Amino acid sequence: MNWLHRHKHVTPYLLLLPGIAWLAMFFLVPLGFLGYQSLQTGDVLSGYKFSWAFSNYSDAVSGYQEQLIRSFLYAGLATLIALLISYPLVYWIAFRAGRWRNLFLVAIVAPLFVTYLVRTLAWLNILADEGPVVSFLKTIHVLGADGRLLATSVAVVAGITYNFLPFMALPIYVSLEQVDPRLLESAKDLYASPLQAFLRVTLPLSAPGIVAGTLLTFIPAAGDFINAQLLGTPRQSMIGNVIQSKFLELTDYPSAAALSFVLMATILVALLVYAKMVGPERLTG
Amino acid sequence: MAVEASSLPARARRPSATLAFVKRHALTVYAALAFTYLLLPIAVVILFSFNKPKGRFNYLWEGFTFDNWIHWDAVPGIRSAVITSLELAALSTIIATAMGTLIALAIVRHRFHGRGTTSILIFLPMATPEIVLGASLLTLFVNVKVGFGFWTIFIAHVMFVISYIVVTVKARLVGFDRHLEEAAMDLGANAFVTFRKITLPLLAPAILSAALLGFALSVDDFVVTYFNSGGTQTFPLFVWGAARVAVPPQVNVIASAFFLIALGVMVINILVQRRRPKGLA
Repeated sequence: MNWLHRHKHVTPYLLLLPGIAWLAMFFLVPLGFLGYQSLQTGDVLSGYKFSWAFSNYSDAVSGYQEQLIRSFLYAGLATLIALLISYPLVYWIAFRAGRWRNLFLVAIVAPLFVTYLVRTLAWLNILADEGPVVSFLKTIHVLGADGRLLATSVAVVAGITYNFLPFMALPIYVSLEQVDPRLLESAKDLYASPLQAFLRVTLPLSAPGIVAGTLLTFIPAAGDFINAQLLGTPRQSMIGNVIQSKFLELTDYPSAAALSFVLMATILVALLVYAKMVGPERLTG
Repeated sequence: MAVEASSLPARARRPSATLAFVKRHALTVYAALAFTYLLLPIAVVILFSFNKPKGRFNYLWEGFTFDNWIHWDAVPGIRSAVITSLELAALSTIIATAMGTLIALAIVRHRFHGRGTTSILIFLPMATPEIVLGASLLTLFVNVKVGFGFWTIFIAHVMFVISYIVVTVKARLVGFDRHLEEAAMDLGANAFVTFRKITLPLLAPAILSAALLGFALSVDDFVVTYFNSGGTQTFPLFVWGAARVAVPPQVNVIASAFFLIALGVMVINILVQRRRPKGLA
């Protein structure tokens, strides 16, 4: 203790040491190994050799362009739909729900309390071929007689939207809750219509929440493979499905590692652009 | 301004009042629909835990029974998978909470070189897709030839839980009243005693809610676990395996039980927070 008193400046480093060491060893170092692996050639039986094989990257991108584009398309769509669903919902909670706000917030995060895989599987029940939703859509002739929802892009995007919606809703709620009601009153006093007040006051003030929610939804959605696997078919497979099967079924590590980096790099670029826009301090909290 | 508004002719104001009325209710209806969408799958999970499927598939409603709840471990492997999940979550949460709390204390309380870098290092695992976290750990373990199993999953869980602990504890630490600590120091307590008698008890609620979040993340994790499990089965891995063939209703039973427990904890947490006077973190 006396030693600590005399060397006050080391205290923060001692506090950091265990956790940061863990993150360095099991987050940073593995990323290094992933990069190392992505430049190797060979196969799992005869062993891999490091050979600066940058061709792994070009092969990965050109060979799985379709899945890459689909991942970002599905993730983008799901993010947009999640925004459209959750914004009015949390707006209602923030401004109309009164003292029951917390209860409704619990309802928003409630899906997260159901094991991810199980809540995805629940959509199998809901969208089943003989289930209520499909038969309703058939009666109103949105779906043909042999139409189905499972094993389609609709099911996969719906699943992704559902699974990540709370991550969109919560940050927006936080930013809406901080909107000072006096600002809205003064907008009204200055003859703004409710729509104008919303567009010029509420919406800009909730922008940080929208951006945070967009990131929190888009990042996991782009890397997801569970929804495509459980609700879709290989025709809906995303980049996550390719990475997963290359690592765990085909043991084609270099190619899988290269694809993982392509996914991460694409996301990081988006993140950096965002950081430039809003300032890094806001991004890291 | 108010005088001007009230002196407007009544007729001019009525359409906007009607519009506001319609709009208010449209939003409420919309919210109700959105809540239905959010909660419907949960209802389905719970409902189908009481289903009595005729064949192997638990897709269509065929009859009510309590059997699945009474014989929740009738499916081979499900009991040990649940136990493994709980053990893993408990162990990794304890370790991650301890390390994460210390990091949060360092970041909020101290000015030091590399503070910005540290914040970025904490943030990065949360911004990395889970599949990349899982895959990179897999390449590490493969390359240094560590056998996959319980401990590789443990390492992975601690890794991704730490950041969430830091963020949660940090949020409460920022509004923390330091006068009590200064008072303790003035009364002769050394740094360690002050920490144990003042800081830790005041921080306890924040640490507890961080730990609960960590536990939930660990119990629910599939992707990172899947990449680093070897032959060890957790509950989500069991579900994944079952989904390739047919998911037994017992899976719904376990998921419903987890859900109800988590909901209970969450509601208690809200009630306790409402009672605590404001100002005490």
